[in-house]
Amino acid sequence: MKSCDSQQTDLQAVPTPAPIPPPHAASRGPRGARRKWEVFPGKNRFYCGGRIMAAQQSGVLPLTLGLILVTTGLFFIFDCPFLVKHLSSCVPAVGAVLFVFVFITLLQTSFSDPGILPRATPEEAADVERQIDSSGDSSYGPPPRTREVVINQQVVKLKYCFTCKMFRPPRTSHCSLCDNCVERFDHHCPWVGNCVGKRNYRFFYTFIVSLSFLTSFIFSCVSTHLAMRAQDGRGLVSALQESPGSAVELVICFFSVWSILGLSGFHTYLVASNLTTNEDIKGSWSGKSGDVASNPFSHRNVFVNCGSVLCTPLPPSLIDRRGFLPEEEEPAQTCCTDVQLPASANNTQRKCSQGRKGLLESAAPSPLQSTSCPQGEPQTVPPGPRRPSPADSEPTRQASNGCRAQHSAGSQGNASSARHSHHKSRMKKHKEAALSISNPTSHGPVAPTCPDSVPTSRGTSSTQA
Amino acid sequence: MTSWMESQVETHSLQDFQRPAVSSKVFIQRDYSSGTICKFQTKFPSELESRLDKQQFEETIQTLNNLYAEAEKLGGSSYLEGCLACLTAYTVFLCMETHYEKVLKKIARYIRDQNEKIYAPRGLLLTDPIERGLRVVEITIFEDRNIGSAR
Repeated sequence: MKSCDSQQTDLQAVPTPAPIPPPHAASRGPRGARRKWEVFPGKNRFYCGGRIMAAQQSGVLPLTLGLILVTTGLFFIFDCPFLVKHLSSCVPAVGAVLFVFVFITLLQTSFSDPGILPRATPEEAADVERQIDSSGDSSYGPPPRTREVVINQQVVKLKYCFTCKMFRPPRTSHCSLCDNCVERFDHHCPWVGNCVGKRNYRFFYTFIVSLSFLTSFIFSCVSTHLAMRAQDGRGLVSALQESPGSAVELVICFFSVWSILGLSGFHTYLVASNLTTNEDIKGSWSGKSGDVASNPFSHRNVFVNCGSVLCTPLPPSLIDRRGFLPEEEEPAQTCCTDVQLPASANNTQRKCSQGRKGLLESAAPSPLQSTSCPQGEPQTVPPGPRRPSPADSEPTRQASNGCRAQHSAGSQGNASSARHSHHKSRMKKHKEAALSISNPTSHGPVAPTCPDSVPTSRGTSSTQA
Repeated sequence: MTSWMESQVETHSLQDFQRPAVSSKVFIQRDYSSGTICKFQTKFPSELESRLDKQQFEETIQTLNNLYAEAEKLGGSSYLEGCLACLTAYTVFLCMETHYEKVLKKIARYIRDQNEKIYAPRGLLLTDPIERGLRVVEITIFEDRNIGSAR
């Protein structure tokens, strides 16, 4: 006990900003460990402990929600009573079903992971760099950062993403607004405040289709209502005066139904030809023939294309938001030989010094049931010296470097409550740096729903600065 | 005397187990020749030549590729699941485990098996690609001290 107390006082004397838990206070467990969403490098916001995510700028999502809620609310208040009496009672029922569909799919589109690709780990990035350097010819300047793949007898170029440090898979694009590579990137939609990509395209498509049904339904109901009122001989103006909400609905629906119907039609065409908005606008597959038959991803059959876009099993989220970060100070894997070491070295050393069995055990739990340290330890141990000696402080420094490398935001190796504020300021700096790299104004195709952005998006050809 | 030697040997092997030095990592990249489906290259990396049979490696990667193909397969059941999900405004995804997730668990089990039976005895460790965002299969090569190490 006395030795532990003296260890404690030693710890307090150490001028680190954080108190390092003494070795015997083992099981820090998930309580102390941080989740991956807290150190996520992209410009996203997370709620409910990482379960819900959204883009940093919510765009006009509040406006979208407001318009839908207001219009539907007015519909139920002003039009439904009249129509139930004079027409049929299934009018509000249909309206309710459509509204629920629209609302749920909108929330799913906005708050789910669009298919973000996590950035490459430092070791991967180094490996890719090595391959690039070895393949390039130094006399002609920097080596080309593209790879070519033949898909379906067509040459597809894979570009290197400087932010994510990897070669982007085909159909993947880097969204500069969210600062993420998104798989099967369609567009960044400001109306839903999120990117639309592989994982949430079906939600987005269902949203716009059901929204077009809802707006046309409300539009026709309101028109019927006003027509029936006006038919009583009092005229349209008095009908509008009796039901002012209907006037508001009429205006909103009239202006939105055309654009939403148009958008649904456009996306139905995209789904049937297995294209993304990004590819369509850039004309990736038009080539010389000018038709989309040269799209290598198309199955040449409308139904199979629709099935492959909308009905494939939903891919999992690759960013593992709720997984735990490998801990800096791990719970005691009781190694009796480590007791003599100083406490700080002890903790980091123990973290990186598990046996192979321990590696297997820690690597064993499925990532889907991530509890603590899902990735196991090996990644955090860098290629160190061949014979690290226990008394040497170098392996601990290198180990902590390796551990530090895990966090792309570069958090320090000291666990503390103060780490959060340190970390947040570092994240901010990282984000500011990212902003300077990726110019948010030159982002690629933003939703064609914005009439303003369509001409500009046709002009821009790249999604990443 | 012998018990002292035994204790020395024990400590030695304990230390070995506690500090496996990572000698290098090999990354098996994705193979996009069949499109965007998850498939890894079966080309045998030269760094593994001393540790592993080419055939064993290819078998592992091929099985993984087949499992991922099964996860992403477009068939009758996936159509049904898609239609049912659409009708419920995709709320079933909140309560039900998707087909893909089920296969991912299978893949995790397979990788664990392979590590235990084949890779760990050779001083290698396969990392589940899902932990690398399905970008690479990471194989960690540990420095093998037990075989021919001079201490």
